[in-house]
Amino acid sequence: MKKIESIIRPHLLDAVKNALQEIGVVGLTVTEVKGFGRQKGHTETYRGSEYKIDFLPKVKIEVVIPEEMLDLAIDAIQKTARTGKFGDGKIFVLPVEEVVRIRTGERGELAL
Amino acid sequence: MDGDARVIVDTLWVVIAACLVFFMNAGFAMLETGLCQAKNAVNVLAKNFVVFAVSSIAFWVVGFGLMYGDGNGFAGLTGWFLHGADNSPATGEAYTGIFSALNWTGVPLDAKFFFQLVFAGTAATIVSGAVAERIKFISFIVFSFVLVAVIYPVGGHWAWGGGWLAQLSTPFADFAGSTVVHSIGGWAALTGALILGPRLGKYGKDGSIRPVPGHNMSLATLGTLILWLGWFGFNPGSTMAADAAMITKVALNTNMAAAAGCLLATATSWIVLKKPDLSMILNGTLAGLVAITAGCNAVGLASAVIIGAVAGVLVVVAVIVIDQKAKIDDPVGAISVHLVNGVWGTLAVGLFASEGGLFLGGGVARTVSQIIGIAAIGALVGAVSSAVWLLLKLTLGIRVSEEEEFEGLDTGEHGMEAYPSPLPPPFEAAPAATTGNAMLEAQPRAANG
Repeated sequence: MKKIESIIRPHLLDAVKNALQEIGVVGLTVTEVKGFGRQKGHTETYRGSEYKIDFLPKVKIEVVIPEEMLDLAIDAIQKTARTGKFGDGKIFVLPVEEVVRIRTGERGELAL
Repeated sequence: MDGDARVIVDTLWVVIAACLVFFMNAGFAMLETGLCQAKNAVNVLAKNFVVFAVSSIAFWVVGFGLMYGDGNGFAGLTGWFLHGADNSPATGEAYTGIFSALNWTGVPLDAKFFFQLVFAGTAATIVSGAVAERIKFISFIVFSFVLVAVIYPVGGHWAWGGGWLAQLSTPFADFAGSTVVHSIGGWAALTGALILGPRLGKYGKDGSIRPVPGHNMSLATLGTLILWLGWFGFNPGSTMAADAAMITKVALNTNMAAAAGCLLATATSWIVLKKPDLSMILNGTLAGLVAITAGCNAVGLASAVIIGAVAGVLVVVAVIVIDQKAKIDDPVGAISVHLVNGVWGTLAVGLFASEGGLFLGGGVARTVSQIIGIAAIGALVGAVSSAVWLLLKLTLGIRVSEEEEFEGLDTGEHGMEAYPSPLPPPFEAAPAATTGNAMLEAQPRAANG
């Protein structure tokens, strides 16, 4: 099993979620996060004073999938989350040792 | 209309207007909370809420007597606890009692007190925004009490209570309180902000200025609209009589000045700051309202628009100068709105009054009286409120600890947060795990959910 953590633009969340559902993903976890990469921040003003926003709002999607779905899932995320400009985000892939469904105690891919 | 009906209609109008002014407390609370940080929201709300209760007691005990009780040119010396001879609603020559400064309005004494009380409360709420996010709650309460018990009433007596400003050969004119309410509140706010010092981190040692954005512009906008509405009680109500022509003239002047202030602040901010800053648009509207307050009964509609327009420009410039040049930290712009435009509005009566205004061929007498009033009340409130703040600093202390300021006054002063964590408190029972049949147990829950 693999875990995909991807940082994406907030307004593309819905598109990415739909693409993942289409390839058979049945659940995912979303977090509102802030950070910076090559997009860097921007400046805002308040009552005449400028200030820099270093950390931009992004959305982190975490999804755990069977190994054979990995390429399909990466493809789905990359296609839907891409605008071609700085700030599209990243996809991280991590190995997952074990999964337990809390309600039933099922383990492994059965619990996904 | 016979006498009784006249009294009833006048009283209805005064009480309705007073209720509108009372609701301005909600406006100030929303405006100030929105323009401050989330970690201080409970504290800003609490200050704005208790201040009217404090004002109610303070004004009843001594404030009203000092302001309107018979006395000398400098203070009223009768009428504590609203006690004393009074045959209101009798007016003029027919009036016998100790509140002769208010014998021009034909409403019961309780109506006079209620209307004047909501004004005193307004002066006190002005201070709250300028000292926000760093003042000790208890010291704010004590200062507010002194302001409404002594400082506001003495200044008010000079102008409205038959005091020496009202006895000038050309009497000082301040119809609804650009000076008496707004400048008095503004001077107290200025001295408070100066003696407290800026919020930590607001001004860097290297001369840098760190803006502290407000946490909720929706609340600030709602608050400003509530204040705009409240002003239709504040200014037209100051007739203290259901005078059809006058209350509609005043209401219209009030609205037009607000509109002009709003638009000119929008334009000024757009040109000077590159973008139309919403907080400046809100401040500009209030600046127009404050500025027209003194002359709303005495100027024509075009003059009201000019007075409001100047206020809209003035407030943006004042915010920038006070924040960035003078480095006086005023989180909500209270000094720029209430003091700067209170002064402007009071001066504007001398310039634009239909009768006696300098620009309308009336000579300088009126303007000179206005300047005397502005300076005298400024000196009084500046000196006395500085003394009170310094006394509080030496006794109770006026500033929260550095640690508390970083953590937020909500937890430090009140032990609670305006926006607590969405995580629920710990819950003991664990029903699903103990039955052994999780699937069956879970079904009805899912149906309910």
